[in-house]
Amino acid sequence: MLELFENFANIDFRQVIMWIIGGILIYLAIKKDMEPTLLLPIGFGAILVNLPLSGAVTQVYEKGEEIGIIDILFNAGIANELFPLLLFVGIGAMIDFGPLLSNPKLMLFGAAAQFGIFFTLSMARLFGFDIIDAASISIIGAADGPTSIFVANYLGSQYLGAIIVAAYSYMALVPIVQPPVIKLITTKKERLIRMPYEPKNVTKLTRILFPIVITMITGIVSPRSVALIGFLMFGNLIRECGVLDSLSDTAQKTLANLVTLFLGITIATKMQADQFLKLDTLLILGLGLVAFVFDTVGGVMFAKFLNLFLKKKINPMIGAAGISAFPMSARVVHKMGLQEDEQNFLLMHSIGVNVSGQIASVIAGGLILNLIG
Amino acid sequence: MSLENFVSSLSVMLKGMVGIFLVTGVIILIMILLNKLTDIKKK
Repeated sequence: MLELFENFANIDFRQVIMWIIGGILIYLAIKKDMEPTLLLPIGFGAILVNLPLSGAVTQVYEKGEEIGIIDILFNAGIANELFPLLLFVGIGAMIDFGPLLSNPKLMLFGAAAQFGIFFTLSMARLFGFDIIDAASISIIGAADGPTSIFVANYLGSQYLGAIIVAAYSYMALVPIVQPPVIKLITTKKERLIRMPYEPKNVTKLTRILFPIVITMITGIVSPRSVALIGFLMFGNLIRECGVLDSLSDTAQKTLANLVTLFLGITIATKMQADQFLKLDTLLILGLGLVAFVFDTVGGVMFAKFLNLFLKKKINPMIGAAGISAFPMSARVVHKMGLQEDEQNFLLMHSIGVNVSGQIASVIAGGLILNLIG
Repeated sequence: MSLENFVSSLSVMLKGMVGIFLVTGVIILIMILLNKLTDIKKK
């Protein structure tokens, strides 16, 4: 009978801390509705893999090694970048690039709002991380889970678990992180700038050619990111072609849900106490915040810079939507606009900037791989 | 803290930001071109 309880002796206090962390993630997902599709599986997985001698992860016994199912899933879906890429097909099918195609200049804000990535890379180097880990940490600033997983995994960072938890947590915290930063660097007068939306008709042919051409251009410039941008644009092509509605629907719902389901719980393999509970993890969470803050600063300051030369001023808040966190960031900017002036509707502009951020973050990921990988 | 590492990584920051604006510039040109070409075809 005592044999039933002998595994209790294997409980380590660090595992208990991980159970608490897992519990907090589940609480945030359910009670606070923070990225529940990912934080809940990650939270549950954190508990699952931190049970003493958990059979869900690989264990080494005297008789030999027993491979855990979570490790099998990791090797089958994340180590080879399959899950993030499949998820990108779903995301691509969800995105309407119409507002961006209607006003291509908005793409500039998407580029500017990647500043946090490169700034954080330098900050991580300042704190002593080697160049590979610094580059992997910086990609938290892509504000885009699949890109973060892809790049950090491609570079072989030892901090994959912490990076992914930070990326998804801050994406969920965009409505809390961005507003104070935006208010700090803009004046009330700037926040009151109205931007009437003048939609231009975007032809179906443009919508179809766009994903194909973007894949070719970014693929040629940044061949290492061609899989990421290619799968994103493939999803979008399915959406826009008009003859694959059923596939588009499947990609948006069934495929995205299935991959998300396994992605979260699989990531938990990198949340085993001995790998996760390090001072570096706290530092990475801090650097993740730096990345999101400076992404926001980059987008807003670039809009302010453009305003120096423009007759028709831009509301600089829309620059903050250039981070890829879609559509939270666009909604934050829209809400802030309405708070300042009930008649100031920034949604379509901020959506345009937000989808441009999606493309720009993938390009930034590719550039990181080209420059560091 | 390693100020030396920080300074040496600034070149990556510079190259990254220049690179992203270059690619973005090309994409904007393509979008404008696509809009113009398909508009002409429509007319």
